[in-house]
Amino acid sequence: MNDFDYIRPATVPEAVAAAAAPGAAYLAAGTNLLDLMKGGVARPGRLVDVTRLPGLDAVEWLEDGGVRIGAMVRNADLAHDPRFAASFPAVAEALLSGASGQLRNAASVGGNLLQRTRCAYFADLDSACNKRVPGSGCDARAGENRLHAVLGWSDACIATHPSDFCVPLVALDAVVEIEGRGGRREVPLAELHRLPGDAPEKDTALEPGDLIVAVRLPAGAAAFAGHARYIKLRERTSYAFAVVSAAAMLRLEGGVIAEARLTLGGVAAKPWRDAWAEQALAGARPDEEAFRRAAELALAGARPSGDNAFKIELARRLVVRALALAASGTPERVPALPGSPFSSLPELHHDV
Amino acid sequence: MTFSISLTVNGVRRDVELDNPRVTLLDLLRERLQLTGTKKGCDRGQCGACTVLVDGRRINSCLALALSHDGADIRTIEGVAEGGHLHPVQEAFIAHDALQCGFCTPGQIMSAIGLIQEGQTDGDPERVREGMSGNLCRCSAYAGITEAVLDAQKKLAEAGGTDAGRRDAA
Ligand SMILES: Cc1cc2nc3c(=O)[nH]c(=O)nc-3n(C[C@H](O)[C@H](O)[C@H](O)COP(=O)(O)OP(=O)(O)OC[C@H]3O[C@@H](n4cnc5c(N)ncnc54)[C@H](O)[C@@H]3O)c2cc1C
Ligand code: SF4
Ligand code: FES
Ligand code: FES
Repeated sequence: MNDFDYIRPATVPEAVAAAAAPGAAYLAAGTNLLDLMKGGVARPGRLVDVTRLPGLDAVEWLEDGGVRIGAMVRNADLAHDPRFAASFPAVAEALLSGASGQLRNAASVGGNLLQRTRCAYFADLDSACNKRVPGSGCDARAGENRLHAVLGWSDACIATHPSDFCVPLVALDAVVEIEGRGGRREVPLAELHRLPGDAPEKDTALEPGDLIVAVRLPAGAAAFAGHARYIKLRERTSYAFAVVSAAAMLRLEGGVIAEARLTLGGVAAKPWRDAWAEQALAGARPDEEAFRRAAELALAGARPSGDNAFKIELARRLVVRALALAASGTPERVPALPGSPFSSLPELHHDV
Repeated sequence: MTFSISLTVNGVRRDVELDNPRVTLLDLLRERLQLTGTKKGCDRGQCGACTVLVDGRRINSCLALALSHDGADIRTIEGVAEGGHLHPVQEAFIAHDALQCGFCTPGQIMSAIGLIQEGQTDGDPERVREGMSGNLCRCSAYAGITEAVLDAQKKLAEAGGTDAGRRDAA
């Protein structure tokens, strides 16, 4: 780990001023940043600790029925907030499908949004990586790339964004509140993460000093609560990143889909929401035929970036499965294995 | 530049001078306070061996900057037994043979204490396995670990309180 200055500002404006300096980074729980610093991938000259900034740790219900989630709310606290989980069950399920109990207790909302790719070449200083060192090349292209992107990638970078939380948030039109050098502004979460193009080093629309202060969900987002799931396929059932994941949400009226939301994770450098698929679902009966059509549309533009053509068919099947599970109704409580299409054998006791 | 922080570790106030800011909570416990019960497995958040309770919540101490936790209340494996009596979770690990080499065990026990306190498992083995998935065991004592957690949880509930990790934290 490189040496750095450590600053713990008392107010948001002080934090923004301190973090606008070149080489500065915000420190929330550090579960991603410290990991990257240990590997030499991130080398901030200054850490600006935001964990004690006032006003960042509350879940506030807005008068219009929306909700405002402070950037320092911990992932576990948000997932277990009863009113939040009841209103936005797919978001709670996505949170609980991510990382581990320990990590979720620490990880913050802001840090989760801004976690960096898990591309192994990005994490390895001996590999060429355009995201880490612009212009150096991309060793993933001819390397181990089964888990890389199938949508929105470029010749410069085929990495995916690893967050589960962001996937249902994008489906629900979340908005990010940012405090920067020019004051307060808002960016739709769908526009926070960038596709790589020819500048994969720039993950997001944020500028130096920009502090995420909150994420907001609009009032209408709770209308999907009765039919909302987040399904995440992994290489092991828990404590693993998504191979592909899907947030599927339906608003049913008289046995017909009045409105649908569909966003994929693990397939691109940002959560991948598909308006065509959503529109095709609206007005249809919630049956296999409609779900298959939506799956075809959602993956229509997909192409393999390496040994990952399987992810395209896997994602199609996942879309059908996630929509079917959403149509059958949100379970009363997040399932024992959040996001999993599996459950293990009822009893695996060895000494009773 | 030096930084001074104070922590309450297992109920005792500890003032520590750090000569650089890079020290993790794990390294502070092991190398500055000689509390080597907390283990370093991966040092990257991937194994759970370093699990401790911070203000009553289980976290990975290897991915926590010590400086950022100035003023926190820390509990480690050295601080869970009381008055010569093992913690009920420790007793359950022995009773259920929930370990072999023992390297992961301090982290497993701290994680189990945290999990029980979180109160989300309802005695469901599937929820216990899921809740303990952040603790790897290379000896694969998982079946015994699940049994031990379920058993300890039941005993603690019978004894009237799931607040096991903070019993003497007032
Ligand atoms: C072993 C392991 C497994 C994991 N598995 C999953 C998984 O399955 N699914 C998943 O979604 N995630 C997973 N994660 C990632 C985890 O969710 C993130 O590490 C965590 O959410 C980051 O939050 P943090 O508070 O620790 O952020 P930090 O590490 O403190 O910060 C992350 C980044 O965000 C910036 N930042 C933080 N807060 C702000 C703010 N308010 N404004 C502006 N910038 C900010 C920091 O500068 C840094 O660049 C895993 C992590 C590990 C270590
Ligand atoms: S895919 Fe992107 S992050 Fe991975 S090595 Fe290539 S440029 Fe780097
Ligand atoms: S040593 Fe901290 S998780 Fe492995
Ligand atoms: S008992 Fe050996 S690693 Fe768990």
